[in-house]
Amino acid sequence: MYFNEEFETLPRPALEALQLKRLQSTLERVYANVPFYKASFDKAGLKPSDITCLGDLKNIPFTTKQDMRDSYPYALFAAPMEEIVRIHASSGTTGKPTVVGYTKKDISIWSELMARSFVAAGAHKGDIIHNAYGYGLFTGGLGAHYGAEQLGASVIPISGGNTKRQIMIMQDFGSTVLTCTPSYSLFMAEEAQAEGVDFKKLKLRVGIFGAEPWSEEMRNEIESKLNLSAIDIYGLSEIMGPGVAIECIEAKRGLHIWEDHFIPEIIDPDTGALLPEGERGELVITTITKQGIPLIRYRTRDITSLTYEPCICGRTHARITRMSGRSDDMLIIRGVNVFPSQIEAVLVGIEGIEPHYMLIVDRQGTLDTLTVQVEVSEELFSDEIKVLQALAHRVEKEIKDMLGVTCTAKLVEPKTIQRSEGKAKRVIDNRKL
Amino acid sequence: MKVEQISIFIENKSGRLAEITRVLGEADINIRALSLADTSDFGILRLIVNDGAKASTVLKEHGFTVNKTEVVAVEVPDRPGGLSAILQTLDREAINVEYMYAFVERCGGNAVIIFRFDETDKAIAALKAGNFNMLDGSRLYNL
Repeated sequence: MYFNEEFETLPRPALEALQLKRLQSTLERVYANVPFYKASFDKAGLKPSDITCLGDLKNIPFTTKQDMRDSYPYALFAAPMEEIVRIHASSGTTGKPTVVGYTKKDISIWSELMARSFVAAGAHKGDIIHNAYGYGLFTGGLGAHYGAEQLGASVIPISGGNTKRQIMIMQDFGSTVLTCTPSYSLFMAEEAQAEGVDFKKLKLRVGIFGAEPWSEEMRNEIESKLNLSAIDIYGLSEIMGPGVAIECIEAKRGLHIWEDHFIPEIIDPDTGALLPEGERGELVITTITKQGIPLIRYRTRDITSLTYEPCICGRTHARITRMSGRSDDMLIIRGVNVFPSQIEAVLVGIEGIEPHYMLIVDRQGTLDTLTVQVEVSEELFSDEIKVLQALAHRVEKEIKDMLGVTCTAKLVEPKTIQRSEGKAKRVIDNRKL
Repeated sequence: MKVEQISIFIENKSGRLAEITRVLGEADINIRALSLADTSDFGILRLIVNDGAKASTVLKEHGFTVNKTEVVAVEVPDRPGGLSAILQTLDREAINVEYMYAFVERCGGNAVIIFRFDETDKAIAALKAGNFNMLDGSRLYNL
């Protein structure tokens, strides 16, 4: 089943011709409208017209998260503000988020790609889609929502949290498709069991899980506990949001990336050199139809590989393998992107806190936990318990306010956290994915 | 009338208390009174020793976080109602007790209560007016 059969099964020569045409027009547009790209092309001695085949793409400089930060909030927008109808934001590497803007056409393409993704995952018109991705600045909730409406399914915009109510609604409303993070789905299964609700008696058939890395083992666990087919979805707000790539239910082997809108490349994260098909490296994406904020060779920092082998589902679009990590230090905690540098920025802002900290990430049962260890310096130290506890609570609250992630602050003795020798180790990730 | 107490931050992990007492023992420092306040994650060890300055120095040398606090030591007759009389006096003056701990004198048979107040000077004045006997540092360190 396809949502847009013509484009999803476009023969590769036609697909590549379309990509080149769209790439060239995107390059012309960003060169004319975005000073950052004009400067970056000029510096590399390139004109948009120098790109005459897809192979020339590799000569264009990358766009990085740092570039987005330097352009905060709107400097990378290629369309005038009057045409921007939606603004989303995701975690930046420090206090400021990364901002993206969408035109009406961007929203319509995003809705279509998300609808295509739903169909690839085995959903159809008539399904009741229980959308437990968070609504708000995060792209997950609204991205899946618009796609579900585009598909013609019934969408329940339940958003995250309040798990007991989620389970009641799934049961009473007869939800057939679940969208959330993989770890949250397992948490729901645990809660349901505690409530005496049997997932096998629910109508759920398909689960579309993304926003954090997961494994084949976790898929097996989810499928057996929730009694549904678990599908991996990929997306990032810089590029669009959810629905950049999705597994097809026929193969469940690799995620089709919608190549009529995005050009994927795999590079060596250290040298930036293009890697051949099948080799593992960092995913780089160029958007070729976006108007609000087109990005050229955006370094996603996600580690994967790319294959153009034909798929049994009939889609001609390349597949990326499951994400196996990051080429930077970003952590994904319960679906929230967290950079250690963001936590550092919060800690530095609290008077008396030493910039020595350690993040310990673990998975207790099915949910991720984040512990922030902070050293108690002499100036911080009080001989009253309540003062120290207030300090720990303040750290927890400020991190929650700035990053949207719940953590436990733990005060530790001074000099017990490893000191920086070049690059300090700031993270211990004990999760076994 | 103020007594110097040293406080040490202790992470809740095994061996920390043993380490502190070892360091103090090797430096020939005698502990006069102690109390340990604890939470699930950390604790604060409060000590009155015969040589606070030296204790502080050796503990810092061993990487501990130490600070000094002024507390008040009040002698209490070792009989029913002894402590109550002190607390009533403080209550009348609206003085808050942050924490307190007690020990019994080796000779003399009186109990000694160590108080940490939010307003130390006001507390001392109130206790003096109430005719309570406060011990000064030199006497306490050498009990």
